[in-house]
Amino acid sequence: MSSVLSTASRTSSPRTTAIFFAGSVALLAILPAVLPTYHVSVATQILIFGLFAMSIDILAGYAGRTSLGHGAIFGTATYVVLYGVANAGLPLALAIPLAVVAATLLAAIFAALAIRTTGVYFLLLTLALGMIVWGICLRWSVVTGGENGIRGDIRPAFIGDARSFYYVTLGCSVVLTWAMWRFIRSPFGLTLSGIRDSESRMRSLGYNVSLHLFIGFVMSGVFAGLAGALYALFNNFVSPSTVALTQSVTGLLMAIVGGVGTLFGALIGSFVMIALENFVSFYTQRWLTVLGLVFIFTMIFAPAGVLGTIRVLRARRQG
Amino acid sequence: MAESILTLENVAVAFGALRAVDGVSTTVTRGERRALIGPNGAGKTTLFNAVTGMYPPTEGRVVFEGADVTRMPPEKRAARGMARTFQITNLFNQLTVEENMLLALRGLSPKKFSLFGRRDFDGDERERADRALDRVRLGGRRNTEVRELSYGEQRQLELALSLVMKPTLLLLDEPAAGLSPNERSIVVEIIRELPRDLTLVLIEHDMDLVLGLVDNVTCLHEGRILVEATPDAIRGNAAVQEVYLGKPRHA
Repeated sequence: MSSVLSTASRTSSPRTTAIFFAGSVALLAILPAVLPTYHVSVATQILIFGLFAMSIDILAGYAGRTSLGHGAIFGTATYVVLYGVANAGLPLALAIPLAVVAATLLAAIFAALAIRTTGVYFLLLTLALGMIVWGICLRWSVVTGGENGIRGDIRPAFIGDARSFYYVTLGCSVVLTWAMWRFIRSPFGLTLSGIRDSESRMRSLGYNVSLHLFIGFVMSGVFAGLAGALYALFNNFVSPSTVALTQSVTGLLMAIVGGVGTLFGALIGSFVMIALENFVSFYTQRWLTVLGLVFIFTMIFAPAGVLGTIRVLRARRQG
Repeated sequence: MAESILTLENVAVAFGALRAVDGVSTTVTRGERRALIGPNGAGKTTLFNAVTGMYPPTEGRVVFEGADVTRMPPEKRAARGMARTFQITNLFNQLTVEENMLLALRGLSPKKFSLFGRRDFDGDERERADRALDRVRLGGRRNTEVRELSYGEQRQLELALSLVMKPTLLLLDEPAAGLSPNERSIVVEIIRELPRDLTLVLIEHDMDLVLGLVDNVTCLHEGRILVEATPDAIRGNAAVQEVYLGKPRHA
């Protein structure tokens, strides 16, 4: 699987990317004017999960490490925001940074334990670590509310309605997407791609591979945590399912459907999956079955994902 | 007597009961060009891995530039001026030639930790990369992805990655393996043109190729040094011919 996951990582030229980026933002900015309120809320969810899936793609697509623990990192931030504001009475302006710090620390623990492994071992180790977090959220009910989770109307009044919150989310998404893009295009981001392609060569060039993977994992965790904090504001509710394995798998599938190693593909994947989920739910309860089928068809017919396949086709046409 | 740059004292690498390298002691002097020859399975690449730190030796000592590096990880040895190429090309296949050079240039520079900066060439980096690429005749392939290079070009890039690190000791693991005669002569030419103050240790199967390039030859057999001599002496050495031609020892 890892070879499939690391295809199509060639990024487009900065100019193409800038045009694509500006066009997408303009399109997204006019959406609330044409969509009904319910769909604006779905669009908000798509953006938040797009950020989450991008944070997974940083590791999967650029460092060649597929994590199944990112749902736990994302959800921990959601828990901290909701607990902080709804239960501990903290101001939101304090709860959000605390949530990101918590997610970062958790990512650092995950990273310290997982970075020496590769492939399926990395997958299983991050999966197990995520399960531990899920178990804690389920059992430590004094703090987490157990299965009932934590509910609280924590969104400030001025962004209370779906449209204004959509714009807040869009603003955050633009900044964070840009930051993630800068990150993977930075000298450090290049070292992650180098590690993906050859660890032994990186070491003989003088790189401390473990240190780079650690920093890469933690940075990816910071972005996952920021997305999780936004999700707390969006959902006003958190329960163990937010940190569960399904969450990690959903994020990873979004990255895969969009195209691993394309970064922006994760947003497309998020759109495809959430739109499909909403559509399918009209007709059937069997969303997870549909999810499985989507994954199988993607792997068979477009293993490079939507954006990855577009790039492959375009490269073929240019000869 | 010339100053030593690399000293091996009784180095052994054991994988379970198999002693792939079994008590090798030798000294490479600064500026020397040394070939490491021997039949398949003689322990040449394993010895390289012990020297560069990929597999730390199970016994003995490796002294490089006056410091004991026996337990040092590869990246720290690289920081002291040791560079290597790999027998099976070991490049960043999904990156371009230029990006490969960037990684090689920055292995020892703090710029590698720039999390949000631009990855483009900086300061004298472009000039250094260009010089190394021109030296290995890859000047025209800067923006090509490595997986689109021919095998010969990949071997040339292997060399460029090591050269751009400005090493004091360069270890080449069969730089001409699997190449066509034409590509081989390019690689030999490149090696011949390397600066004389760069110390070279070269693994090569093809004796004819090696003998014109180096000052001294170490012949390994079953993990031990069989002979260490000048190329001319090696050429006439009966023991070397025996291990290469497979003549029974007590015929």
